[in-house]
Amino acid sequence: MPRSSPAPLHLAVALDAAGWHPAAWREPGARPAELFTARYWADLVAEAERGLLDFVTLEDSLSLQSSLPDGPDGRTDQVRGRLDAVLVAARVAPLTRHIGLVPTAVVTHTEPFHVSKAIATLDFVSSGRAGVRVKVSGRADEAAHFGRRTVPALPAEGLASAEAQALVADLFDEAGDYVEVLRRLWDSWEDDAEIRDVATGRFVDRRKLHHIDFEGRRFSVRGPSITPRPPQGQPVVAALAHDTAPYRLVARSTDLGFVTPRDDEHARSIVTGIRREQAAAGRADETVHVFGDLLVFLDRSPGAAADRRARLDESAGAARTGDAEVFTGTPEQLADLLQERQRTGLTGFRLRPGALPHDLEQITRHLVPELQRRDAFRTAYEADTLRGLLGLPHPANRYATTV
Amino acid sequence: MGKPLKQIHLAAHFPGVNNTTVWSDPAAGSQIDFSSFVHLARTAERAKFDFLFLAEGLRLREQNGEIHDLDVVGRPDTFTVLAALAAVTDRLGLAGTINSTFNEPYEVARQFASLDHLSAGRAAWNVVTSWDEFTGENFRRGGFLRQEDRYERARQFLAAAAELFDSWQGDEIVADKQSGAFLRAPDPGRFDHRAGQFDIAGHFDVPRSPQGRPVIFQAGDSDEGREFAAAAADAIFTRHGTLAAGRAFYTDVKRRLARYGRSPDELKILPGVTFVLGDTDAEAHEKAALIRRQQVSGQTAIRLLEQLWNRDLSAYDPDGPLPAVDPLPGEHTVARGRASVRMFGDPIATAAEWRALAEAKNLSIRELIIEVTGRQSFIGTPAAVAGTIDEFVQTDAADGFILVPHLTPGGLDEFADTVVPLLQERGVFRTEYEGGTLRDHLGLAHHPRPAGADARAAS
Repeated sequence: MPRSSPAPLHLAVALDAAGWHPAAWREPGARPAELFTARYWADLVAEAERGLLDFVTLEDSLSLQSSLPDGPDGRTDQVRGRLDAVLVAARVAPLTRHIGLVPTAVVTHTEPFHVSKAIATLDFVSSGRAGVRVKVSGRADEAAHFGRRTVPALPAEGLASAEAQALVADLFDEAGDYVEVLRRLWDSWEDDAEIRDVATGRFVDRRKLHHIDFEGRRFSVRGPSITPRPPQGQPVVAALAHDTAPYRLVARSTDLGFVTPRDDEHARSIVTGIRREQAAAGRADETVHVFGDLLVFLDRSPGAAADRRARLDESAGAARTGDAEVFTGTPEQLADLLQERQRTGLTGFRLRPGALPHDLEQITRHLVPELQRRDAFRTAYEADTLRGLLGLPHPANRYATTV
Repeated sequence: MGKPLKQIHLAAHFPGVNNTTVWSDPAAGSQIDFSSFVHLARTAERAKFDFLFLAEGLRLREQNGEIHDLDVVGRPDTFTVLAALAAVTDRLGLAGTINSTFNEPYEVARQFASLDHLSAGRAAWNVVTSWDEFTGENFRRGGFLRQEDRYERARQFLAAAAELFDSWQGDEIVADKQSGAFLRAPDPGRFDHRAGQFDIAGHFDVPRSPQGRPVIFQAGDSDEGREFAAAAADAIFTRHGTLAAGRAFYTDVKRRLARYGRSPDELKILPGVTFVLGDTDAEAHEKAALIRRQQVSGQTAIRLLEQLWNRDLSAYDPDGPLPAVDPLPGEHTVARGRASVRMFGDPIATAAEWRALAEAKNLSIRELIIEVTGRQSFIGTPAAVAGTIDEFVQTDAADGFILVPHLTPGGLDEFADTVVPLLQERGVFRTEYEGGTLRDHLGLAHHPRPAGADARAAS
């Protein structure tokens, strides 16, 4: 049900290892020895659900974490190693009831057929709370793990060169094809394809199962899926975007983009750009969320978060840098920023906790109540599905013939 | 007999997408709702089974160019549903078929290692190869493998995955907050596998899982399959037959292990079986006959016949006699994407046998198909079935069984409630789980850390 507030603020949390600061695992409350256990992830997601957050994302990649763009960095002082994000989400799904689960899937080296049925299955085991964040890989080390294709080394001039831009555009074009295949496969069974008609002996109405016949430059997929259409019809597709090519992917193919504005003005220009692409793609009347990403260090007493961040930086030997703007302050100050930033057209925020569980608990136990006091955030889950929480309708099936 | 009693291993097979699974029964539930998987898994765990098993097929079956619509259709992604089941069970092993043709070792190894972590050591992998372009049409790589390359692909895939599993030795992570060392040494998980179809190198990103490697299954009875199992598998999922055939298979496979420096206990032989229980033998047989008729409708009989004949037989009357024409030799074009197609060795000889049988017993097509396909393995009272299972195991025709219920999700309930207690009374089946991992349940050693690991760590 839509809420009375005209612009509900959506909040997600990005979970990764011990938190987004490289020294977070050394914090007093950190549980670095448990990073590879189900209990660790179940506890974090349960905490996020207690805070009524829309969803959690789970980071993933097909290589060891590294500060270098093309291979391991030899560091021993940071978390290395991870678990498959889709399986972590599935493991947590039966233990939660409302919160959306959005694992990362690398699309450059994986099979869209497998990922489509994996996310459909995540939707079944979570009763309609699945999403997927698609991620491209331009890393040479990841390509070598698969041995199926080579990735040209990045030119010395870096990402700005025309050559690098062409490479990025190519990867995101493939991601667009990939999302198209995911979506077609999810629709390849109509909702009422299973008929169990004892009289005629037919289990399915095969006219309601569809070959998808996708032909692309990188792959062709015949279909239909082996998995029936998932409860949401179309699980939520998301992507992180920093530049033109990924903005286009967000606008054309996804339900939700994560963007990393430096300030209000930047945020406004990103949103405008995405909306323009969205209209050009004929999706002007569809909901495409644009969430601002923020790395957050939160403490209730003024100055405490800055002190903690300084301690973390010192422990890491360097200040934490990254793609997203860093917020350091109190939950009240963050609430101010989110409400202010929301006016730029962002529809929600994905917060990356600097340290887990500390900054997650600051979000769920202090930021959320503060937003609730301001009538800016839900006080109970209003829907049973992730699409429902995000205000997305149950989608029509592209293959269904209207009678 | 001076020999101590062997302990039986039992597993539950989630009902498959074939005509063994009866969906027309009022008691038949969903094949895709998570609640069905939870029900079967919890029943199996309540009965102290070793594991739950999920099969896989990566393209919907077609017959005569159309999607086959008479059997249950639709199943989940194996890894995802097993990971979810790890949340609702504590001890039950979680086994799934994962194809080595339409996957890459790095991804499969990280999925199994992750599943093993997330289930605290309960993952198992039934390694299969598919070889048809038909299924390959769903994948980037396409699909065709020559028949002679099938086991080669599986062998090479498994070797590559094993190198990835073993690339972490288990002591890399120290996570010492005080000193700031998360890793003992830089860049763990190094691997370099350049052999046959795989040319991969780099660093594996999942730390060593509780079992070291998932339990490895091999399915299939061919000579190559037996050899593959003897070399590389922890358990073999085979077809059930007579006591004598079971003993011959068992002896043959166990004998092969020595060649690979392995003891007979290191490979468990687990035939897949169906079962029907009744208060009396007569009642069980009556129920069994009824189930066979549910499993083989007239339409299903024609479709099954087409799989041998390799022809469109839709004009034939299932209640009439077998076709007089012979099967079409050569590549199967009528039925695609199903496992049973490959079971018929020589179609013309098999057709002749079937005709002779039908003539001798005066059987219609449907009656003949009921007779010659998929008869239930164990039919009888719980006591009789418990006795038969025990006999097969104690006389070395099997180490245990994978039970295939004909109903989803309640098809194992009665077995769990009636047969299992009798096996426990006989002292041949556990009354409590003794260990936490699937390797513990199966009496398999935890996979040792890779040989030379210490030397490598030091280098």
